[in-house]
Amino acid sequence: MALIVADRLTKTFPGETRPAVDQVSFEVKQGEFVVLLGPSGCGKTTLLKMINRLYEPTAGRILIDGVDARSVPATELRRRIGYVIQQTGLFPHLTIEQNIAIVPQLLKWDRRRIEARIDELLDLVELPRSYRKRYPRQLSGGEQQRVGLARALAADPTLMLMDEPFGALDAITRARLQDELLRIQQRLHKTILFVTHDVDEALRLADRLLIMRAGRIVQFDTPLAVLAEPADDFVRDLLDADDVLRRLSLLTVADALAGNGASERLAENGVQETLKPGDTLREALIRVLRAGGQALPVVADGQNVGEISPDTIASALTRTTHALPD
Amino acid sequence: MIDLLIDAYQYFLANQSRFWSAATQHLWISSAALAISIAAGLPLGIWTAHEARIGQWAINLFGALRLVPSLAVLFLVQPYLGIGTTPALVALTLLAIPPVLIATYAGVRSVDSGVREAARGMGMTAGQILWRVELPLALPSIVGGVRTAAVEVIASATLAAFIGGGGLGIFITRGYALFDTRIMLVGAIPVALLALMAELSLGWMQRRLASGLDAAT
Repeated sequence: MALIVADRLTKTFPGETRPAVDQVSFEVKQGEFVVLLGPSGCGKTTLLKMINRLYEPTAGRILIDGVDARSVPATELRRRIGYVIQQTGLFPHLTIEQNIAIVPQLLKWDRRRIEARIDELLDLVELPRSYRKRYPRQLSGGEQQRVGLARALAADPTLMLMDEPFGALDAITRARLQDELLRIQQRLHKTILFVTHDVDEALRLADRLLIMRAGRIVQFDTPLAVLAEPADDFVRDLLDADDVLRRLSLLTVADALAGNGASERLAENGVQETLKPGDTLREALIRVLRAGGQALPVVADGQNVGEISPDTIASALTRTTHALPD
Repeated sequence: MIDLLIDAYQYFLANQSRFWSAATQHLWISSAALAISIAAGLPLGIWTAHEARIGQWAINLFGALRLVPSLAVLFLVQPYLGIGTTPALVALTLLAIPPVLIATYAGVRSVDSGVREAARGMGMTAGQILWRVELPLALPSIVGGVRTAAVEVIASATLAAFIGGGGLGIFITRGYALFDTRIMLVGAIPVALLALMAELSLGWMQRRLASGLDAAT
């Protein structure tokens, strides 16, 4: 069953003639990580904020687990949905533990349960428990957003809405937090709707990309499928879909071997370097080239499971590319 | 100068009961005016801060009202309310509302929009946002407004004597009428001290609150 169903969702702001979101329909499955991608003003944030009713739709409806979002009071709905924003929105006059405890307190959890939950969450986002009594301003930007994430996860919502959460962070901190988020997602399997205009971030995080332009959905598919078959020139330009390296970074060594049939031939001529099935093909290509273009063996659990040559990479690329422009 | 102060002190010693009742009256009328202005200015300030469209308009209006001199306010209410304590109280309250209102407005408006959005997004009700987020963050600004209002009210309560409202101003009007500087000083010096005390204590409180938030923010 789909966790979120949007049905001809429309939002026109007062005084505007063109709708910010225009008759948008889509479905998101339970546990799916969907990234809303598009240029600024395309309606992606408006769409996100209609899901927790920070904006009320002008027309159309949203079903969450089959229930119309408008059939429950907005405050009650929001307490069940995790919400992370770019500016973190941490309360400056409250300590880290008080910030994390907000939603559990609104839900009237007992003191003991909240205390235990705070420790659990600090561990999850890899912040020391000694931070409990600190104030947000005493933390770095990356640490603050970790608290923002912990706070949104506090009442264990099944659905998380994230509005450019890493947009204000430097590149290194952003990459680290993306890794953290993927790790947390692998453990918790939340349904996540994540807004960004950073294409690399979107490709990296998304199970599926929801690409928007001028209030409408242009394409809604997996990153690989979108890169291989962009719906139109807008998507192709947005994603820089002709960039072969970008596509290779979405494929793994395991993907290349799966289509090729494991090779029995062992590359034994003094090759020191080996690849792992989880390495991206982009990384594999770099190392293959560095080794003078010769095939490198793939090793999993001490077993040689195949090899990667420039040819395997090329054929993996062709297999995932049905409609490359000439 | 020293002689004058000694003379004033002797006048004070000779008129102690009158002085203390005037001082009590002064403090009472100032506190009452301040209390009413907080009771009115605080909710009005919160309301205007939340109503973006009328907010700025209302703030400009109250800002303009502040420019009316306190003495003028006293005499303006007199035809309607006569003389005595009540018109003085009304005039002082009118005087004290704008600074409280404007400071409340500014304090609430200064709350970061991300903080407010997060509060709504987490499912806090409007009342919870006000009491748990906006007011704590606006408190230093509000105390600053109360401080301005308190100093103004204590100083202006002196003028209440002109319309029979009593207070320490009676020594000033009497001294003025009798061309007797020492009597004027018996009113002026305590008023100055009271205003200074209000300024220092509330200023200290405001700084404490602000630095508490700074450590926090």
